[in-house]
Amino acid sequence: MNETNQETTHREIERVARESYGRLVAYLSVHTHDLASAEDALSNALVSALDHWPREGVPKSPEAWLLTAARHSLIDAIRHQKVVLESEPTIKFLTEDSVEAALPTSTQFPDERLKLLFVCAHPAIDPSMHTALMLQTVLGLDAARIAQAFLIAPKTMGQRLFRAKTKIRSGGIPFEIPQERDLPQRLDAVLEAIYAAFGIGWDDMAGADQRGRNLAEEALWLARVLLQLMPGEAEVQGLLALMLYCESRRAARRDTKGHYVPLSEQDPKHWSVPLIEEAEHHLAEAFQRGRFGRFQLEAAIQSAHAERARTGKTDWAAIALFYEQLLRVSPVLGTRTGYAAALAEANGPSAGLAILDAIDPEAVSDYQPYWAVRAHLLQRLGKSRESLDAYDRAIGLSEDPAVRAFLLHKRRG
Amino acid sequence: MQFALMIYHTPEEFDMRKNDYSHPHLGAWRAYYKALVAAGVYVAGDALEVPETGTTVRVKEGKRRVQDGPYADTKEQLAGFIILELPSVDAALEWAARCPGASIGAVEVRPLAPEAKRRGFTGE
Repeated sequence: MNETNQETTHREIERVARESYGRLVAYLSVHTHDLASAEDALSNALVSALDHWPREGVPKSPEAWLLTAARHSLIDAIRHQKVVLESEPTIKFLTEDSVEAALPTSTQFPDERLKLLFVCAHPAIDPSMHTALMLQTVLGLDAARIAQAFLIAPKTMGQRLFRAKTKIRSGGIPFEIPQERDLPQRLDAVLEAIYAAFGIGWDDMAGADQRGRNLAEEALWLARVLLQLMPGEAEVQGLLALMLYCESRRAARRDTKGHYVPLSEQDPKHWSVPLIEEAEHHLAEAFQRGRFGRFQLEAAIQSAHAERARTGKTDWAAIALFYEQLLRVSPVLGTRTGYAAALAEANGPSAGLAILDAIDPEAVSDYQPYWAVRAHLLQRLGKSRESLDAYDRAIGLSEDPAVRAFLLHKRRG
Repeated sequence: MQFALMIYHTPEEFDMRKNDYSHPHLGAWRAYYKALVAAGVYVAGDALEVPETGTTVRVKEGKRRVQDGPYADTKEQLAGFIILELPSVDAALEWAARCPGASIGAVEVRPLAPEAKRRGFTGE
């Protein structure tokens, strides 16, 4: 086999792995209740594919091939552990039917990813691990890559993921879709975790883009999967719309020299029209369901910003109104800071500053956006000494060198 | 819990620090220190002179060995340190990422070892 063919095969394995990883891990773990061993089995199957496919050709149904190999690997592992008695029901699932006959095509095993998403964001698991677990089990990202995104030592991330999976296995966390009564709250945790992945991917656009896949794209992928699994949920669609609006502005966030460009100074010509249109479509559909929620409101704010591409101006009064509604459901620091910034544009800097002044200083001691907005408003009010101080706080709390350079430039007035 | 952020510079950054007083980097450092103090996490810290001003001493088999320059001959050299009081290593890594030194050279985060102090391994 020549090199080009080998490359094609590797790419094919990569594609199958990306598309099927979560489906296969979900399907295996829903039956065994053991995420870690399902993942191990699937990575063994992928290694085996790298060995077999280049020689024998890519099978007609790669996903079924991987599932068969993963099942064999799981059976071996369980036999090896010599706990046959205890795990008899598991063994039964793994061997039932002739595997080839049972799985003629890849679409014939049920998609259990929704259950897996709910397991990852289960309230018994530390909320700070929800996103990391999803990235690993549904998307197959390795611990080292996830550690980069979360700014945690790779070894520590590996240990935390391991602990979370142990808890899932031994803590009786059910692999099921929550009951109607619990659904809104449980779904919220899933949405939060997906949005957190997007936020990280968004923040570290300076660094991580060159290394491997972009986390913001992964979050969009997760949201699309979730929408496919729960097509009737307004907030799922709201979240997807929100992320698409933000994603549409990615290219506009840096000028040709790599300098940071804030939203208000971005040229709408650099926004992606197809992404905005897709976001609008999802937001409109979500609104029609008549169940408002946090993500739809955040998407509405972004949609008001996107209007500038058509009208040439920003309706800050409308944005401030959306923020007021958002504050009622999600009074977090980010919302309050965003409200202050919008109100300052609509009603003048003093109005915005009053909102900021009402926030507990303790809570913002390391919250960069608060200080950046504060510095800007104080500068507009001509309070130069206080403004310089606030700029310093914002600069000192910035991680991205491009943002730091932008604020240093603004600080000079 | 206390952590040391050890800041490693490239030769270019040492040069910049020595020669260019108007470089935007200085503003970034000043702001960073200000944010650390304002957040109530700063304990101590200092910058070190350029590596060439260092002298390394070893006593081997009773004989003194003195060598010009730093202990290890690598591109990035220790340029300063900051001691922070923080609840967790997660918080320490957050502050390390914000450090202007992290976007040019590197910042190593290590917990202090108060046990060693208690057992008399350090001067106090």
